[in-house]
Amino acid sequence: MDLNVVAQLNSFLAAFVLLTAFGMLVQRRMYGLVHLFAWQGLFLSINTAMVGFVAGKHHLYISSLLTLSLKVFLLPYILHVLIQRLKVHKEVEIVENVPMTMLMGIALVIFSYYLMSPVTQLSTLVTRSTLAVALATVMIGLLMMITRKHAVTQIIGFLAMENGLFFAATSATYGMPLVVELGVALDILIAAFIFGIFFFHIHTTFDSLDVDQMARLKEED
Amino acid sequence: MILSPINIISSSVLLLLLFVLVVPLLKSRQRLLINTSFMLSSLASLLGIIGGVWAVGGGITNKLILPIGLPDLPFHLRVDPLAGFFITVICLLSFFVSLYSIGYIKGYLGRRPVTSLVIFYCLFLAGMVMVVLADDALFFLISWEVMAAASYFLVMFEDERIENRRAAFLYIIVAHVGAIAILLSFGIMAGLATGFESFNGYTFDAMRQAEFPLKWATAAFLLAFFGFAAKAGVIPLHVWLPEAHPVAPSNVSALMSGVMLKTAIYGIVRVTFDLIGVFPWWWGAIVLIFGLISAVMGVLYALMQNDLKKLLAYSSVENIGIILIGIGLSMIFKPFNIPLLSALALIAGLYHAMNHAMFKGLLFMGAGSVLHATNERNMEEMGGLIHRMPWTAALFLIGCVSISALPPFNGFVSEWLTFQAFLLSPAMPSPFFKLLIPLGAALVALTGALAAACFVRAFGVTFLGHWRGAHMPRVHEADWFMRSGMILAALSCLLLGILPTFFIDWMDIIAQQLVGTKIGASSGVYGWLWLTPVARESASYSGMIVFLGILLVVVAVYFILHVKPGGIRRVPIWDCGFGKLDQRMQYSATSFSMPIRRIFGFLFNIREQVKLNPRGVHKAFPKRLNYYLRVRDRFWNWLFKPVIEFSFWVSRKVGLLQQGRIQAYLIYSFITIIVLLALSR
Repeated sequence: MDLNVVAQLNSFLAAFVLLTAFGMLVQRRMYGLVHLFAWQGLFLSINTAMVGFVAGKHHLYISSLLTLSLKVFLLPYILHVLIQRLKVHKEVEIVENVPMTMLMGIALVIFSYYLMSPVTQLSTLVTRSTLAVALATVMIGLLMMITRKHAVTQIIGFLAMENGLFFAATSATYGMPLVVELGVALDILIAAFIFGIFFFHIHTTFDSLDVDQMARLKEED
Repeated sequence: MILSPINIISSSVLLLLLFVLVVPLLKSRQRLLINTSFMLSSLASLLGIIGGVWAVGGGITNKLILPIGLPDLPFHLRVDPLAGFFITVICLLSFFVSLYSIGYIKGYLGRRPVTSLVIFYCLFLAGMVMVVLADDALFFLISWEVMAAASYFLVMFEDERIENRRAAFLYIIVAHVGAIAILLSFGIMAGLATGFESFNGYTFDAMRQAEFPLKWATAAFLLAFFGFAAKAGVIPLHVWLPEAHPVAPSNVSALMSGVMLKTAIYGIVRVTFDLIGVFPWWWGAIVLIFGLISAVMGVLYALMQNDLKKLLAYSSVENIGIILIGIGLSMIFKPFNIPLLSALALIAGLYHAMNHAMFKGLLFMGAGSVLHATNERNMEEMGGLIHRMPWTAALFLIGCVSISALPPFNGFVSEWLTFQAFLLSPAMPSPFFKLLIPLGAALVALTGALAAACFVRAFGVTFLGHWRGAHMPRVHEADWFMRSGMILAALSCLLLGILPTFFIDWMDIIAQQLVGTKIGASSGVYGWLWLTPVARESASYSGMIVFLGILLVVVAVYFILHVKPGGIRRVPIWDCGFGKLDQRMQYSATSFSMPIRRIFGFLFNIREQVKLNPRGVHKAFPKRLNYYLRVRDRFWNWLFKPVIEFSFWVSRKVGLLQQGRIQAYLIYSFITIIVLLALSR
């Protein structure tokens, strides 16, 4: 495949990753969020496989498959079950001041491009132009955790951050060593389970998944 | 060489440390534990005395490098005459106190287990000796902390009382602030000694050889002085002392006051004279001024106390002041190149350090016997104990006479030497000194007079007159172990007083090594009998002759009064025809100190109230008067309260960061990341 075309495709997929990140930032419905997360995983997986093909790094196929199975099928499935068990699938979360949040997201993207411009100039990789998008995805994930109040949204924000990191690894250095990636995948899986258990506890203790309730744990003077 | 001072001293430390491991095995047999542990610690102290006396007497300097420590940073030990002197002082008092403890700690049998007390007592002794042995900053600080932590647990021993916990907490805070200052001071010296590339600057040898720029040397000195002053209880850092000493078991207060404070004096001497070596005169002026303040204020505060052990604690502040006066004078004379006077002042300070260890140890042991017998620390409730506790009373009296600097006991000798250093000082080239030297001499004289008043009061109110409290408890005399500890301390007070020439000749080598000349106290045709510090024409003192004179007078008076039959009659006290004298109509501790409270009242925070009780009765015919008096340390409000309030204020402000909302915490990290990224681009 022509390198130029690969670069184009890579940027195209990066654009979709960013788009899903923005989508998650303002999506109010739980199922919608999970679906967006699954889509983001799918774009990542395709991108990883493609980079692996171009760069001739065959272990990237394995991490692409891992991403596909974990982030497109398993984690969304777990979240799905969680939402049903906790009976929050009909809840509509109030997102305050959507335009403001979007503007902040855009500012973060610009900021990432500004940060990454010296790296992009030095790098010789095909995927160099998407590094800024990866960083922006991480930061938007963090922003999502800050602006949302629902516990399930928080974990999705966290997973989106991890997606961004994974994307950064593929675009900056053609992926991490396989051992590291396997470890990270396992961590994500365990984190999802632990979060699930915590949600049940939070739900039974506070009868709600609104993390603002946890302010009651603060020490009083 | 197997047998050398350092081997003897380190084996005594090792003995103590190893014994600590055995203590838990003896846990279930408390009486056996007390007997063995204190016998063993007195044995270890004896070993220390032998090593210390030998090191000073022979002028021996030994070094030892231990293979333990951090990787590539082994522990260095060293014994030189200065260290040997302080080890002698520490071990001498701990020998007496260990004997005393065998009797004293048995008072706890059946009341509470003493295992922890024994463990920390041994660690405390070992820590003090290790501090003096240390020849590198690392080992010094570790030993310093062992000493501080062990004494913290000893102060905490009776931890069910809130005042003990408060005192121990205050003590550990002051000790740690001081330790940080000492650490920083060593850091400066080590950094300048070898630069920051190599770690070898942590040995004292490297610091000795380095030459420090004045600016950095001053910083190191000020930090070290601050740190050691906090430990020594120099005013205004003394507040922990009157809290911690009274609540600790009395044998521990004897050690803390008698010798633990001396390790701080050792630190000051070691850092200034030995490690830094060359210094300007005004460092000495700083030490002298703080010494003068501590001496005068310390004794004034002591006069106001009704708690016997608190009084002794404040008196320690005073004596530390007198020691620092000697050392400060020595530091002033040294840069002006007057080595003889410098040596004289240094010897005076060190001699007072040894004397204070002896008589303050004796007094705390005496106070411990009183506490042991009556369960009472408040002097206002005591009185007449001389009839029930003749031994303790006589020995406490010896301590009082010594500390009041009266001949023929030891306190007089060292204060007399301090005076000589003041009086013989030539006209100094600066007008500041023309003011400071006579003023200092006058203040030392005032201190001596006030100390005498203070201990007349302490002895008189406690042992003379009649019991002041409601019911006199069943008072018993101290047992033979306690008595033997006190008798030995009293004997050493007497010997140090009547034979000062021997001891000063013995320790003269320290002055030679630190300031370059001996004072040659016993030179001249009179030999050992006369103490002639500089020249026979200017000043001389013979403790022996004074002692014999006083002994003669006492014996003569005794024969005149007692040998003639009917010379003494015991009759009821004449009540001036007033009738119904009761035990409240005596001089009390409060009334004795009233004139001094009137004169120096502005130095204290005093609240005094007289209330008529019951109300409504005409003033001319009072039925009952309630007198309320509270005397407080002004320094607490001036210096410590603002610091405490400030730290609470800062904590509250920092507490505002804790919102309890996850989002807030995420925002903190988010903003941090953004700012760092933007800055590091």
